[in-house]
Amino acid sequence: MNRIKVGKIVAEVATLALFLAFLFPFFLVLINSSKTAFEVTQYPLVMPKSWGTLFKNVATIWTSSNIRYPASLVSSSIITSVSLLAISLLSSQAAWALVRTKTKTSNAIFFLFVAAMVIPFQIVMFPLLSWLRTITGITGIRLLRTYAGMILCYVGFGVSLSIFMYHGFIKSIPVELEEAATIDGCTRAEIFYKIIFPILSPIHATVLVLNGIWIWNDFLLPLLVLGKGNAIQTIPLAVSNFAGAFVKQWDLILTAILLAMIPVVICFLLAQKYIVKGMVAGSIK
Amino acid sequence: MNIKKENSLVFWLFLAPVLLAFTVVIIVPFFLGVFYSFTNWSSSAKADGGLQFIGLRNYTESFKDPAFAHSFGVTVIYTIFNMMFINVVAFALALLVTSKIKLRKIYRVGFFVPNLIGGLILGYIWQFLFNNALPSLGKAVPALAALASPENLLLARPTSAIVALIIVGTWQYAGYIMMIYIAAIENVPVELHEAAMIDGASPMERLRAITLPMAAQAFTVTMFLTLVQSFKQFDVNVSLTSGGPSTMFQGVPVLGTELLALNIYNTAFLSNFLAMGQARAVVFFLVLAVIALVQVAVNKKKELEL
Repeated sequence: MNRIKVGKIVAEVATLALFLAFLFPFFLVLINSSKTAFEVTQYPLVMPKSWGTLFKNVATIWTSSNIRYPASLVSSSIITSVSLLAISLLSSQAAWALVRTKTKTSNAIFFLFVAAMVIPFQIVMFPLLSWLRTITGITGIRLLRTYAGMILCYVGFGVSLSIFMYHGFIKSIPVELEEAATIDGCTRAEIFYKIIFPILSPIHATVLVLNGIWIWNDFLLPLLVLGKGNAIQTIPLAVSNFAGAFVKQWDLILTAILLAMIPVVICFLLAQKYIVKGMVAGSIK
Repeated sequence: MNIKKENSLVFWLFLAPVLLAFTVVIIVPFFLGVFYSFTNWSSSAKADGGLQFIGLRNYTESFKDPAFAHSFGVTVIYTIFNMMFINVVAFALALLVTSKIKLRKIYRVGFFVPNLIGGLILGYIWQFLFNNALPSLGKAVPALAALASPENLLLARPTSAIVALIIVGTWQYAGYIMMIYIAAIENVPVELHEAAMIDGASPMERLRAITLPMAAQAFTVTMFLTLVQSFKQFDVNVSLTSGGPSTMFQGVPVLGTELLALNIYNTAFLSNFLAMGQARAVVFFLVLAVIALVQVAVNKKKELEL
């Protein structure tokens, strides 16, 4: 009995130690965001003299024309929310069409989407840029350095996994439900938007979480499609422009990092249950 | 309008937007990319003029390039160790937070948090930690004085910089994999453990005889997930080391911690060998395709066994 008790105490202490170690880097960001440039380089490990410096640094980042934090926050929010809306609506309706139409064509299309999940971004990224430029040349629609192009890319890259997830769930919905609606006079489109779309909410949650975390944090795709020095820039782009500069102003870089993390942490605390569930579900499928 | 016609119309209308986006963003660039890898494609030789077919030259040149060979090797080493560490740490964490300790819900959240923040930002945080916080610890604690000297910085030497990449990679990803293990461990029926306890099995024996075999299903998922994720690592590489510091390999200076994804990017944009970068991306894709095929085969075999 005693051995089990000792084991339990060891587990408690070990977990607490690991927990603190895991969060230490974030703690380091927090305390150093409240120091002057000199204090950060000389005493990175001590507690800040006054937390007032934090507000001063935040104000500097907020108004800095190098990082343009408020504008980046708006751009990131627009890109993420519109892409998520488009991905969940378009891929759920596509998945439904694919499940409920049992033809060779629909099987082939579904297979194409699943197979495409293997394609890494690296193999398409260079031709994508020149090809988007070609499209602009033909149609006059600007896709590089614009919201439209950025969102189009996220929809294109996001639909495969999302269709796959919706597909699996829709297969388990009994057809009788839809047949009853048909008898009541619903058209095919009405059946999807009024009946099927609402009952997909568990999968909507998973799809929103998986794509949301990816799109919000993504760095390479915005770097290529939006480019540097663009009026539209996402938060990771803003941070990299600022932190990648030669002179390392760590006090301000860490404050920028802190500000970049805050929206994510707030979202996570609000939707914790869905996020953990969604990410685990996404990995197993 | 008859039902068949309506169905087929709705089918195509519903699929049209995703097919359009998918074709524009993935299908066309994919085939263009494979095609360009066999040409002299560059910013001056475009599709409308000067583009020439040069066979396998981009591939043969790439394999002769020490920087590419080195990058491939570093990526393999990074991937193997990252996979190992992530899974060991994640499984240990999962065991700890599924035992009956206090605050286990809060611990789970804490371990998971790094995964929510983008790799780019995580890399900068750790750059600060390795380059500023650790040396400062060396100055303050006499026993750790070695940490303070600039040549002992983890990011200053290629080998230790790879270790640094693995540390950050493990920290970034272990919490996520932990969640998958937690799901697997909690799926083990309580009765099994109770029965084993009545029979006098120790916690270690129960771990070996019950938890591990029952969680085996999850291992396939996590192994492949971490394998692919590690192989594709880019963001942390950019912000933590930018591929540096340089080292000598086959008699030429190369970037010491440049993983494949970064090597592809640098070949195309820094060195301006667009077509060669593209050929390397095709090789990168082929490796991932083989991994995916193996994964499908393994899963099929598992399903047959069940």
